[in-house]
Formats: sequence, C-alpha cells, structure tokens
Amino acid sequence: MKPEQIQNELPYAKPFLFVDKLEHVDENGARGHYTFPESSFFYEGHFPEYKITPGVILTECMAQIGVVALGIYIYNLEFPGARIRMVDAADIDVSIALAETHIDFKKPVFPNEKVTVISTKEYYRFNKLKCKVEMRKENGDLACRGFISGVIIPQSRRG
Amino acid sequence: MTTEVIYAKLLPIIKRYLPEDVDTNTIQPDSDLTDELNINSAHLVDVVLDVEDEFEIELENSDIEQLRTMNDAIAIIQKKIS
Repeated sequence: MKPEQIQNELPYAKPFLFVDKLEHVDENGARGHYTFPESSFFYEGHFPEYKITPGVILTECMAQIGVVALGIYIYNLEFPGARIRMVDAADIDVSIALAETHIDFKKPVFPNEKVTVISTKEYYRFNKLKCKVEMRKENGDLACRGFISGVIIPQSRRG
Repeated sequence: MTTEVIYAKLLPIIKRYLPEDVDTNTIQPDSDLTDELNINSAHLVDVVLDVEDEFEIELENSDIEQLRTMNDAIAIIQKKIS
C-alpha cells in the first residue's frame, strides 16, 4: 500500500487525528508529520495560562503514525484489502488496540509546532507489532522517544 | 530435556509477565495462562518470544493456538527441541 492509501484507512477523525502526512511506510518502519494547531481542544485546559502539548497527545501522534499506519501496511502484505473497521466489518477486516507504551519526554511541543514521527519495527509476531518511536521538532531536536506496541485483532477472532 | 528442566526455565519467563496482583505462588503446571494467571494476549506474545530465545526454537501460529496452560507450553517446547 502507498502512504496516501494507508492515511485514508486510518480510523481516526478530528479532533483526534494527529497525522497531516504519512511520508513513507515500508515493512521496517514509518515516517510522517503533524502540526498541532493552536485551536486544538486540549490547549484550553493544558494549560489555561500556558499552552503546551500533553504527553498523552504526543504519544497518540506517535502511535497513529508509527504503529497504526505501519500495522495497516504490514497486515496488508499478508491480507491484501484488510481494513480497520469496528462496525460493518468484513471477515478480512481487523481492529487494532494499543498494548504497551514506554515514552521518555525530552523537549516540550508548543502550539503550531510541526513534528516528525519516525518509527522502526522491533518485531511483528503473532499479530503484535512493537516499534521504537521518536518525535523530532523542526529544528531536529528530540521531543520524545520510546517504545509503543499494539495488537491487530482479526474480526474472525472476535466473539 | 526433562519436563522438570523445561518447567524450571519456563517459570521465570512466566513470572516476568505476571500481573502485579497475581501471586507467583499461584503458578501451577495446569494453570491457564490467560484465564487464571491473567496474562493478557499482548504479553502472551512476549512470553512466546522469550520462550523462543530461551529454548532456541521457533513457534508457529498453530502452536500458539494450542497454548493454554503451562503444561501445553512444556509439550510444545518438548516437541520442538526433540
């Protein structure tokens, strides 16, 4: 699958889609970028007097680009046409769930900052994808990095 | 490799992924890894990968489908290393 196709298959929507462009995906990793708009809902409360992107949102951004997009690509190598569908799913379709995260936060990300996420596959075995992920700011500084894993759940296995 | 030796090597791997609220003393040869020991499916994959490293074997999807208890794991390992 091409990056544009994968991006269209991402199951997220505003205000919880944190991918502007998926730049590159192959079986070893993924790369993409996102700019956090100042109007994002979470800045209203995080924090009222000092807008800073929450760590959980940075983690989510890394998971969407680095793990979910890569998971769609890898799963489609074996099962072409499989999509992530929670409702009206065909037999071939899958759902995807976060399994583990371990992230170190290095530099804050402020409103309107563009970040690039780079993920590298650690392993994909028995429907579990574990990736090393990092987020870079426009000047190249490391914002955060760590490990995220997720599991792909085939529809046929759901009860 | 005897069952006892395999069990002794398997035990620390299982303990590594046991949830904090599950007592390690509850691990028995017939303990169900997910239902009784509460190891989630994502961690079950880690158990399998560690088993592969420890015993220098490679497991297939069909092996994992048969894996419910410690005894199942021992049987699968025995089959693979023989």
